[in-house]
Amino acid sequence: MTALEIRGLSHRFGRAEVLRDVSLTVEAGSFTMLLGPNGAGKTTLVSLVTGLYHARAGEISVLGHSLRRDPLPALASLGVVFQTPSLDLDLSVGENLRFHAALHGMAKAEASERIAAGLARFGLSERAEARVRTLSGGTRRRVEIARALLHRPRLLVLDEPTTGLDTATRRGLLADLRASAREDGLAVLFATHLMDEVEAGDPVIVLRAGQVLWRGAAGEMPGGQGVADAFLALTGAA
Amino acid sequence: MRPRHALLALGGTIRREWLRTLRQTGRLAAALVRPLIWLGVFAAGFRAVLGVSITPPYQTYVLYEVYVVPGLAAMMLLFHGMQTSLAMVYDREMGSMRVLLTAPLPRPFLLAARLLANVLIALPLVYLFLLLARLWDVRPPPLGYFAVLPALVVAGLMLGAFGLLLSSLVRQLENFAGVMNFVIFPAFFASTALYPLWRLADANVWLALVAQSNPFTYAVELIRFALYLRFEPVAVAVNLVAFVVFFALATFGYDPGRGFWARRGEA
Repeated sequence: MTALEIRGLSHRFGRAEVLRDVSLTVEAGSFTMLLGPNGAGKTTLVSLVTGLYHARAGEISVLGHSLRRDPLPALASLGVVFQTPSLDLDLSVGENLRFHAALHGMAKAEASERIAAGLARFGLSERAEARVRTLSGGTRRRVEIARALLHRPRLLVLDEPTTGLDTATRRGLLADLRASAREDGLAVLFATHLMDEVEAGDPVIVLRAGQVLWRGAAGEMPGGQGVADAFLALTGAA
Repeated sequence: MRPRHALLALGGTIRREWLRTLRQTGRLAAALVRPLIWLGVFAAGFRAVLGVSITPPYQTYVLYEVYVVPGLAAMMLLFHGMQTSLAMVYDREMGSMRVLLTAPLPRPFLLAARLLANVLIALPLVYLFLLLARLWDVRPPPLGYFAVLPALVVAGLMLGAFGLLLSSLVRQLENFAGVMNFVIFPAFFASTALYPLWRLADANVWLALVAQSNPFTYAVELIRFALYLRFEPVAVAVNLVAFVVFFALATFGYDPGRGFWARRGEA
């Protein structure tokens, strides 16, 4: 089953073309990496996939629901972690999650149960009452991932969620995320420019200057030894 | 959209705005102190200069303090509307606006829920101000405090929708100071909040015309008439029409296909 299907997606801001004829799929249960240097169009792609605004041309469907024609079921099965942190700093962790649960139509009892489980899963149970402002960057990211999974989406989209975190925190976060996705059979689209986050078996989509440059398994990337070299060779930055 | 889902989301939005506001004690204090300064200092000074003759809904000569209180209540709603609009621009830059807009509910509903939540939060403060105004001998009929509730809600929604529209037009947080100077202050001063229309007309016919075409004037008059148990159909109509127009334009601004995001790509 295809969790995310994008066909012929193009977008421009004024005269600047940011995405040109992008097509890609993310299969259920896969951990798909969206690689690209800064300015490749990753964030625009994520914004379009989350329905923040519509593309000038092309079609996006989430679990078979078109974002343009049938956005509500598409959004209901989608979880998102944006590049810019998006928690309410003056609210506690629990209050942030409760707001999200309400937006997704969860009643109080169900929400409390899922919040407790979600916090436990990411080692955050002790922090439920803490104001977000008092938490470190890595902990805030964990809260955002727990929040994105609260309504049990089938597709999780993350836009450079590890930016600004130290290596150990990044690795821990990614390991937890991979485990979680495996347990739930979740489809993940993970946008990053950090090559050490890619594993050899991951499906990879390489984006440069708004176009898909290459698609395939990470281990099969041409032009170099290891993913990082191959990426540099592909994007012409080597 | 299921009604139960919509209600839960509305409840969650009210709760969130309520918690956020309660924790901004400085802002709460400022919101209450501002009209009290106008009442205690400005109005006291102008009391001698500006005797206010009989003008509806008042049936006798009234002291300037009595005249200015409904205008100050409307000012609280105006500033509150602008501050929540500023918060929306901030949320957009900070990203939390995206969380709201990726909820599986129609976008106009999400915007309306936030608008309503913000109006409900302003009401206790306005009531507190109206009660404190009794210390200045501004004592409308007791029933007026009930009658003014729907007027405050309608005026608050209209001014809040205006703020929402501004938030869709203002691109960056930094531009907000300009908006305050060129929109908020003229809206407040060129209205019947501080002087009755005949006095504005005495001073300058054009100023009176501006005040008469200023929606804020009708927010003020709606509150003034309701507080003295009078129904003012023109003010009700203008407030409702202005609300519909502002809200429609704001939802257009936030529309995924046509709004500013699709054109400019900022988050």
